[in-house]
Amino acid sequence: MESLIEIIRRTSAEIPDDVQRSILAALKNEKEGTIAESAMKIIEKNMELAKKKSQPICQDTGSILFYINCPVGFDQLAFGDTARAAVMEATKKGFLRQNSVDSLSGKNDGTNVGPGSPTFHFHQHAKDTVQVRLVLKGGGCENVGAQYSLPNTKLNANRDLDGCRKVILDAVQQAQGKGCGPGILGVCIGGDRATGYDFSKTQFLRDLDDRNDNAELDVLEQDVLNTANKLGIGPMGFGGKTTLLGVKVTAANRLPASFFVSVSYMCWAFRRHGAMLKTDGDIGEWLY
Amino acid sequence: MIELTTPITEEQIRGLKVGDEVGISGVIFTGRDAVHKYLHEGGKLPEGVSFEGGVVYHCGPVVMKDEAGDWQVTAAGPTTSIREEPYQGDIMKKFGVRGVIGKGGMGPKTLAACGENGSVYLHGIGGAAQVLAERITKVRNVYFLEKFGSPEAIWELEVDKFPAVVTMDSHGRSLHAEVAEASQAVLEENI
Repeated sequence: MESLIEIIRRTSAEIPDDVQRSILAALKNEKEGTIAESAMKIIEKNMELAKKKSQPICQDTGSILFYINCPVGFDQLAFGDTARAAVMEATKKGFLRQNSVDSLSGKNDGTNVGPGSPTFHFHQHAKDTVQVRLVLKGGGCENVGAQYSLPNTKLNANRDLDGCRKVILDAVQQAQGKGCGPGILGVCIGGDRATGYDFSKTQFLRDLDDRNDNAELDVLEQDVLNTANKLGIGPMGFGGKTTLLGVKVTAANRLPASFFVSVSYMCWAFRRHGAMLKTDGDIGEWLY
Repeated sequence: MIELTTPITEEQIRGLKVGDEVGISGVIFTGRDAVHKYLHEGGKLPEGVSFEGGVVYHCGPVVMKDEAGDWQVTAAGPTTSIREEPYQGDIMKKFGVRGVIGKGGMGPKTLAACGENGSVYLHGIGGAAQVLAERITKVRNVYFLEKFGSPEAIWELEVDKFPAVVTMDSHGRSLHAEVAEASQAVLEENI
């Protein structure tokens, strides 16, 4: 349980190195004296302060998404119980905001534990190690996510990669600054409506500076990134050079009748960490 | 940076334009989805609370009690404002709100109310919860804590040079509308 609380604390308070590098590069790139530059400077200072004070980078500590790689025979029920207890404790300590609301009654019981919170994505692997990754995804960026069904007449988007490119860029244009840009996109081409969004979010587990193994998707990622950064939306939508920090795309099989493109938007406050747990449950090495 | 202290006059607001960076000092009140819906449906402000000449902050802070039993804001960035678009303009006019701090901008109804009422929309830096929490010097009071829960409550906060950017002014300009239009034009050239 202590290890999981520490993973939550670190995820809430410390921007991963790959994201920090990207943000600092974007800051240098903005024109001096602009409000875009001012915004990026505040963001830079905020990352330092949050880490130093061990306090949430953003007050919206987000949906709590656990991704666990575990060996065959791993007790998922016990892990779930421990993780829920860790979430409650991390909330008491202020690493997480009281952030989970009963959708019917509107009540917030202040624990962050309830149906769908936190969520667990278990994947068995043929190793004897346990890897726990955590993504905290705030509501502002979640609200600007979008799912398109192709063909889309209005955007002249057909069932091909060019059509995918058009709808992904439309999502960026629609989001403007509302998702707390500069943002990072996780995209899934294909799947059903649920797996499309699910897979789009697993793209956030990739290192920001990695490249896609699939050559076609790699071209699409670079193209969308470069084109989005020509739009001039900029940090916070203030206008400026950096609209996106990264684009990550995967593909899943689809039904002949369906062609979804699911776009998840991650804010600059990209909170994602993970650790390899030793057999005694202690943290071995950090994954980011 | 232009310094403003609450209560803010209409004249001061009329002097602001899109792109101005401001620092707000004095007292501000948080209010987000539940509060806006409640006030718009005819709900009354709690006794002793006045928004006249005041600033409403779209924010659901993280607030902890310290060892002495006092509230401390430990994280407090802005939340997305557009959700309050159905209510904001009317609330500005009804309660005399001079400034709204949030993020992401708001729509035509709020922009029109800014013009009519002499109000502005101030954009905080989304996600900058620590930098902004440091500008909050004291929690004076909290209202509707039980009713709406901590993030949705009205927190009465003392602030010192709280930084924000004017992105919608009282002269009909919206940076958000301008950026969206310009980016749409570039997008059309590139698809």
